[in-house]
Amino acid sequence: MRETGRAVPPPLMLVHARIVDPSRGSDFHGDLFVSDGIIRDAAFGLAAGGIPDGAEVVDCRGAVVAPGLVDMRAFIGEPGAEHRETLASASHAAAAGGVTTIVCQPDTDPPVDDPAIVDFILRRARDTAVVRIHPMATVTKGRRGEEMTEIGLLQAAGAVAFTDGARSLASAQVLRRALTYARDFDALIAHHTEDATMSVGAMNEGAFASRLGLPGIPKSAETIVLERDLRLVAGTRGRYHAASLTCAESLDVLARAKEQGLPVSAAASINHLCFNERDIGEYRTFFKVSPPLRAEDDRQALVRALASGLIDVVVSDHNPQDVEVKRLPFAEAEPGAIGIETLLSAALRLVHSDEVDLVNLLRALSTRPAELLGLRAGTLRPGAPADIVVFDLDQAWVLDPAQLKSRSRNTPFDEARMTGRVLRTLVAGRTVYEYV
Amino acid sequence: MHAPSAFTLERRDLIGIEGLSAAEILGLLDLAEEFVDLNRQIEKKRTTLRGRTQINLFFEASTRTQASFEIAGKRLGADVMNMSVGTSSVKKGETLIDTAMTLNAMHPDILVVRHHASGAVALLARKVDCCVVNAGDGAHEHPTQALLDALTIRRNKGRIQGLTVAICGDVLHSRVARSNMLLLSTLGARVRVVAPSSLLPAGIEQYGVEVHRSMESGLADADIVMMLRLQRERMAGSFIPSVKEYFHYFGLDEAKLHHARPDALVMHPGPMNRGVEIDSAVADGPRSLIREQVEMGVAVRMAVLDALARKLPNA
Repeated sequence: MRETGRAVPPPLMLVHARIVDPSRGSDFHGDLFVSDGIIRDAAFGLAAGGIPDGAEVVDCRGAVVAPGLVDMRAFIGEPGAEHRETLASASHAAAAGGVTTIVCQPDTDPPVDDPAIVDFILRRARDTAVVRIHPMATVTKGRRGEEMTEIGLLQAAGAVAFTDGARSLASAQVLRRALTYARDFDALIAHHTEDATMSVGAMNEGAFASRLGLPGIPKSAETIVLERDLRLVAGTRGRYHAASLTCAESLDVLARAKEQGLPVSAAASINHLCFNERDIGEYRTFFKVSPPLRAEDDRQALVRALASGLIDVVVSDHNPQDVEVKRLPFAEAEPGAIGIETLLSAALRLVHSDEVDLVNLLRALSTRPAELLGLRAGTLRPGAPADIVVFDLDQAWVLDPAQLKSRSRNTPFDEARMTGRVLRTLVAGRTVYEYV
Repeated sequence: MHAPSAFTLERRDLIGIEGLSAAEILGLLDLAEEFVDLNRQIEKKRTTLRGRTQINLFFEASTRTQASFEIAGKRLGADVMNMSVGTSSVKKGETLIDTAMTLNAMHPDILVVRHHASGAVALLARKVDCCVVNAGDGAHEHPTQALLDALTIRRNKGRIQGLTVAICGDVLHSRVARSNMLLLSTLGARVRVVAPSSLLPAGIEQYGVEVHRSMESGLADADIVMMLRLQRERMAGSFIPSVKEYFHYFGLDEAKLHHARPDALVMHPGPMNRGVEIDSAVADGPRSLIREQVEMGVAVRMAVLDALARKLPNA
């Protein structure tokens, strides 16, 4: 979202806030002042020193003020599948979830493999969206996994990273060349680590899948590809990001690569941090995601890895699907769950269960993805754009899917109890969501 | 006409620049200078190779190199025969060695060989009795191209030592780049290669060259900008994303040439892909040496043939 053509919002003083800035590791009580879309200062007793003329004062009553979330993996239907989600509807869902920057995946129709499509998305976002939207572009033309895209020109057009989205690159040589070429542009390649030939199943391979009679996807489908990729990274030194890891074995591989100092990062989706394969229960297709939900041991390992920083980023993996493709027998249903609006509230479960520290969680939701993508976001430093979320850490509520802003309703958090609620979201100093 | 220099190469074949001393290279360049003068006269004929048989054995299509060797041989008085093997016996299943043995039985004195496989010329040279000149083997070497480039540079800049030469483009697949890196380094030039990482060979550092990944830094203060041809099959998606992107970042146009020294000169081994690695305005512009390179090609090849022939039996 850009500010062209819109009135400059009035200055804003957020008072009585718990200010959490993961970019500086700080967590303190105080006030935060915003003007002209920029964070000017954040300190204890700031408002007591005087409130500038014309400034709006918002009493946060102890609510958390943190950098707006940067969601590094969201699938949006525009262009090509606007009935599932548009940039506008996704942006309203994001705003309600405290997400101020959406990084949309290039799995559109046409795919984002040409600078003109990057330009289209940026223009549509500017004209219709209420939060910032940055596209990732494809690594290969048409997401066919054969020929690399114009990485330099796409980056110049505004693509923040390169990925074939939910499709894995089968050819090691194609990925190797792309990593080699992308390195010259310091471009990040994000990869869906799942061997296509081993991931034709419907859910995690194991006893539960066997009992349901569903074909399984082994964990090795992920770990083999990750291991291959990290050897390619060692040889090319291209910047690499595992888009969504799911199992303990992958974390061991990731840890070794990080120990070697490779330019590697990884994300886990909110679904894999909150659920396991058992949640599928009686063939509930909203729990069919890609890669699949794994065992409880894997979920716990992911949570620990998030707490330790081994997992860099938490993503919503927001993937709107309509009833036509979800109200089907499990094996035939499309994978995907919406999650951008519930990302923060769901993630706060890990804070309330004392598994992840609040600052570390918010770092993985804002500061770290912004760093990886080279975005001016994820910080409350003076001078930074005023992309801010205000949330009540302790407010309890129950999710009503009818209230969601997304065009699709495929949420696995249907009627789930949440603790922690977004009260207000600011993008460039403008309030784009307010809970009333 | 003044008497030709008494320079000889202490070897039977010219397979590559690798192994040539600076003295040998300079000797060839000096000898070539004599032929430059000769080639500009009406009477261009010498009799040095009279009675000799030169076979141009090209396993890979070539127009200019083959023509250049043919003219060079003929001007020195040799009987020159061209064989484009790509279209004849290889298609019938004859191996490289069989072809070499067959030709060897016809007692040629000089074989000029181009082959798409690196090392093929050296292999063939071991099987024949005559002297062999490498006219380009795979991505290995193209020694006469490097010599003609050096001659062109020396005639325009007066020297090679101390010059900064930027070799730009598809270094990975280029025999021209390899021969030039070796030759120019041997003669004391400061050699840079400029290419996207995907078009740089592993271990490029062994050549003692500076590696640059942008034209801006690579061309800064360059005296010579040497462009390489991008093969068509490498243009889209495999090694680089597209012609458009390649030209945008690595195609030599006036704007990029501006980073080089004001008196920098532009070279290209040909044939050029206009609008891919080089802009027409630069290729045809006042700083282009591209046509002069072709002229020097004949002179250098005459020098190589002459110098090698002096060591032939019965010479």
